[in-house]
Amino acid sequence: MTQIVQMKDMNKYYGTHHVLKNIDLSVDSGEVVVIIGASGSGKSTLIRCVNGLEEYESGQLIVDGHPLSPKGGNQTELSAIRKEVGMVFQQFNLFPHLTVKRNIMLAPMKVKQTSEADAEATALRLLERVGIANQAEKYPSQLSGGQQQRVAIARALAMEPRLMLFDEPTSALDPEMIGEVLDVMRELAREGMTMMVVTHEMGFAREVADRVIYIHEGQIVEQGKPEAVFDAPQNERTQAFLSRVLAH
Amino acid sequence: MEFQFDWQAAINSIPYLIKGIPYTLLISFGGLAIGFVLGILFGLLSLNKSRLMRWPATAYIEIFRGTPILVQVLFIFYGLPDIIGAPINPLVAGIAAIALNSGAYISEVVRGGVQSIDRGQTEAGLSLGLSRTQTFWSIIWPQAFRRMIPPLGNQAIVSIKDTSLFSVIGVGELVRQGQVYIANTFTAFEVYFAVAVLYLIITLSLSLALRFFERRGLGSV
Repeated sequence: MTQIVQMKDMNKYYGTHHVLKNIDLSVDSGEVVVIIGASGSGKSTLIRCVNGLEEYESGQLIVDGHPLSPKGGNQTELSAIRKEVGMVFQQFNLFPHLTVKRNIMLAPMKVKQTSEADAEATALRLLERVGIANQAEKYPSQLSGGQQQRVAIARALAMEPRLMLFDEPTSALDPEMIGEVLDVMRELAREGMTMMVVTHEMGFAREVADRVIYIHEGQIVEQGKPEAVFDAPQNERTQAFLSRVLAH
Repeated sequence: MEFQFDWQAAINSIPYLIKGIPYTLLISFGGLAIGFVLGILFGLLSLNKSRLMRWPATAYIEIFRGTPILVQVLFIFYGLPDIIGAPINPLVAGIAAIALNSGAYISEVVRGGVQSIDRGQTEAGLSLGLSRTQTFWSIIWPQAFRRMIPPLGNQAIVSIKDTSLFSVIGVGELVRQGQVYIANTFTAFEVYFAVAVLYLIITLSLSLALRFFERRGLGSV
């Protein structure tokens, strides 16, 4: 099986603060990896390194065969990787000055020189797929949070990524809208998309993940099948974390 | 003797004063157009990561924001000819002064507008594979520009009023026309009143146009 992400002995610092410590992690094609951990543990930073939104100081990172050097890499490396890696953010980060349809059409037209007609067809097809085909002409501010996040997923999918990164995609949503976003992600996983997901949705992790990774203070302290990590955690830090988040 | 406001004198002066309006508008909008280009140029330069790139912008902004526009135009009109060895047309001097002066303020408007856009917008653009330049011009700039409209309108009004100072270098703009007219009729109060009303008509029309323009935009972007 091909490895989409290979991290070897990666370290990252914010000044003197050691955020990621000796990270060794590989993600196989088609695998869904859910990363859990307390806030400030470095889990978001970890997936933001994958598409170069964060730079790392030492170690090695290869994404879909493209290396990304430490300290920010170079433009060639970054654009090669970003064309193949989609990202969904906690705050959606839709473009407020563009309609929903145009949000999705922008990158294919600018980056891949897709024709306007083709980009539009793709946008409408993707909106259909995430269940909001009727909102194509609206502006993001006219949509609910759940709808906005589904547009953000469609926008990332328009670039036909080989890997999707989700950075707490449901953390900014009202509770009643979390389900509709998770449904789209579940569907995506079922279709075989490779995914790295940072989330606090333990139910989703248990159900969808092929592998759950627990990060504590910048280190991977435990990983395995969801049932193994959730039902029989080996590390006492994982046990403590899970007893806190699963208690209620 | 009691002062009587002579409405007829004010009204009579208007056809003469109006001859100054084309100059007022030409200097204002000619200067502002160049000032806008300077503002984008130096505003973007001041956002550069490298200190070496930022300092020309900082120097330009501080110098032209920190000295009176009257001194600037006197320097251009009376001072520069000594260096270049040729006289400078007063109209050109006026446009240059408005351009350089408004450019300094507009640089700050541009910088503030761009900085006000959330970092997440840049991250979204980059994560989709857009280059930094593409991200800036298709995502950041359109949003920043919309936020810049009110302060740009403000600057336009300030610059229109600043052109009144150029009566000192003999440009036949509104105030200068008033001064010449008063020299013959001695009706200072009435004529300056008429001058003030004409400025108000110009600035109010601009305010209304801007408000319309703002409302037509998407509002809260």
